[in-house]
Amino acid sequence: MDAGQLLASTIDGLIIGLVYGVAAMGLTLIFGVMNVINLAHGAIIMLGMFGVYLLFQTVGLNPYLAIILVAVAGLVVGLIMYVVAVHRVINAPPLSSLLSTFAVNMMIIGLATTAFSTTPRNVNYSLGTLEAGPVVITNSRFAASAAVILVTAGLYLFLYRTRPGKQIRAVANNRQAAELMGIPSTRVLAFSFGLGTMLAAVAGGLIATLFSFTVLSGSTYEVKSFVIVVLGGLGNPLGALIGGIILGIMEGIIPVFISVTWVTVIEFLLFVLILVVRPQGLLGARH
Amino acid sequence: MVLVALLALAAPLLVGCGSQGPAQTTGGGGGQTGTAIIGFTASKTGDLNIESIRQTNGLELWIKQVNEAGGVTLADGTKVTFKSKSYDDESNKDRVQELYTRLVTGDKAAFLISPYSSGLADAAAVIAEQNGRVMITTGAADDATYQKGYTLVYQLYTPASRYLTGAIDLLGSMSADLKKIAFVYENDKFSTSVVLAARAYAKEKGYEEVLFEAYESGTTDFGPFINKIQAAKPDAILGGGHFQDGSTLARQMAEKRVKAKFVALLVAPPEPSFAEIGDAALGVIGPSQWEPNAKYSKATAGGAEWVGPTIKEFVQAYKDAYGEEPSYHSAGGYTAGLVVQKAIETAGTLDTNKVKEALDAANLMTFYGPVKFDTSEKSHGLQSGHEMVYVQWQDEGGTLTKEIIWPDAAKTAKHLSIQ
Repeated sequence: MDAGQLLASTIDGLIIGLVYGVAAMGLTLIFGVMNVINLAHGAIIMLGMFGVYLLFQTVGLNPYLAIILVAVAGLVVGLIMYVVAVHRVINAPPLSSLLSTFAVNMMIIGLATTAFSTTPRNVNYSLGTLEAGPVVITNSRFAASAAVILVTAGLYLFLYRTRPGKQIRAVANNRQAAELMGIPSTRVLAFSFGLGTMLAAVAGGLIATLFSFTVLSGSTYEVKSFVIVVLGGLGNPLGALIGGIILGIMEGIIPVFISVTWVTVIEFLLFVLILVVRPQGLLGARH
Repeated sequence: MVLVALLALAAPLLVGCGSQGPAQTTGGGGGQTGTAIIGFTASKTGDLNIESIRQTNGLELWIKQVNEAGGVTLADGTKVTFKSKSYDDESNKDRVQELYTRLVTGDKAAFLISPYSSGLADAAAVIAEQNGRVMITTGAADDATYQKGYTLVYQLYTPASRYLTGAIDLLGSMSADLKKIAFVYENDKFSTSVVLAARAYAKEKGYEEVLFEAYESGTTDFGPFINKIQAAKPDAILGGGHFQDGSTLARQMAEKRVKAKFVALLVAPPEPSFAEIGDAALGVIGPSQWEPNAKYSKATAGGAEWVGPTIKEFVQAYKDAYGEEPSYHSAGGYTAGLVVQKAIETAGTLDTNKVKEALDAANLMTFYGPVKFDTSEKSHGLQSGHEMVYVQWQDEGGTLTKEIIWPDAAKTAKHLSIQ
């Protein structure tokens, strides 16, 4: 096992980790703002995958442009989902919103299975490969990491430099106080939820450019998102990104030393370890 | 209480009575007609759907042709035509068992054909045996199913234990310098049996095993796995699994510029749609149960009995019906039906036991190749006559074409030179 291989594995892991990170950001944002665990997270990721696939297949739209459309669709889906399924139970005990989002999850997957069946799909769009010594990476992966960095930067600019962003942070901090200050909390909550699902949809779209997928693929990434969110700190988007990178690198490096099948086991051991030893995550919960 | 207990005892007896033999002919005597139901499940959705659809197409083509020819005439003069009854098993083992039970008890299927893939066929075989129905398995190569003491399950495909052994012979014939082999395979029944047998054979022949590792079914990101392969620096890579993972692995290996000189993958390369991955397909070798340019014919039958259409006739009929070249999955589907037909003709009846005897005695040559079943107690039903051919994708004037490169007797082109 040589340094070149280790470098290649680390870079591979880093890139895929960024994509995991943006997926987890959506989940953690929703939790941070309104204390709701979105169990439809995986289903939205899957919708993002299919959105890009359909746009590419039917109108031949460049997948990276398709992702922009998919992002907007993700926002709208989130807004609708908030109003229909989450708003009523926002002040109820956490189990209610959990069940509500779970129900939405099952409905989306059921409808998608009827519409698309469980046949694997591929977005056959290649940008070529980059070769630099021992490191050989497809340009699609670079494009995906670039997209993630753009999205994260955009999110931070939005949250810290714009008024709506400030309102979101206020509501996340203390909803009642924010309402007293005249912030329309319902609108802000709906928008935050939409933002979370938008990130999930974008992640799905990026994943579609890299790997094949089926209507059931969302769950793998949802589970990884949970691990990342706990790793990085519940409610902390930067924590989600860093958690994603850590997970990605682990997935890249562990197989170099032991059998690939151990990766999932170790991921979950880490998950349990963090919950026990440092439940607030690496970067601390909430922002 | 006593009544309930009596009912509980009586129930299995009543249910058991129903599954003696196929019951669908409308009495004997000349001039009578009947229908025999051929039951099977197909993976219309799920990971295995590409291969499964081809298999079903082959079987349906056989049904169409045998019915057009007037069906089969039994010893008592009854003319029997065939009808298929199938369900979507969604590439799922649990569904397979439910659905085959329904096919036997509800739909009164006379004969069963297996689903595609060793895993699903193994699940279905139990039901066939328990319900006393003959089952021809196609698309199922794993040896283990035929070592469980079943007496009514017959295999059409060359067993897994003989899948990659020829590839190792091929490797040896290409170059004496390529000694390091990496076995990378899907963690499922079929692929595991194939590589275990290949590994033992490679060891016997003096090859060095530099990697022996499985990936989970449904893996889409082979990145870390491929890094591991590269680190092992193999001369040859053998393995894979089914179509989806095999083609993804081939594509990602090409994207990562893996430098192995010999790549042989299961199932995927012989499929015409393997070429969709483009240049990544170039040079990839795959074992195939059958190819449209194979050379089986009445002339090469030897002592076996020639049955069914010629290769040309089959390929043309398939193309006319489905608008594409048949793959070996299609050929397997067709031949499964053909073998049932021949067995019924020999036995002169639809009775399961007589048909079973006919199958045990069968020594056939078809467009698909030899068909002969092992009748020993240890491996009853294992395919003993059929062998694999090896194909490779080559560039012919800018088009990716599949050529048979091994064994010498069957080849249509020389293998690509090793860079």
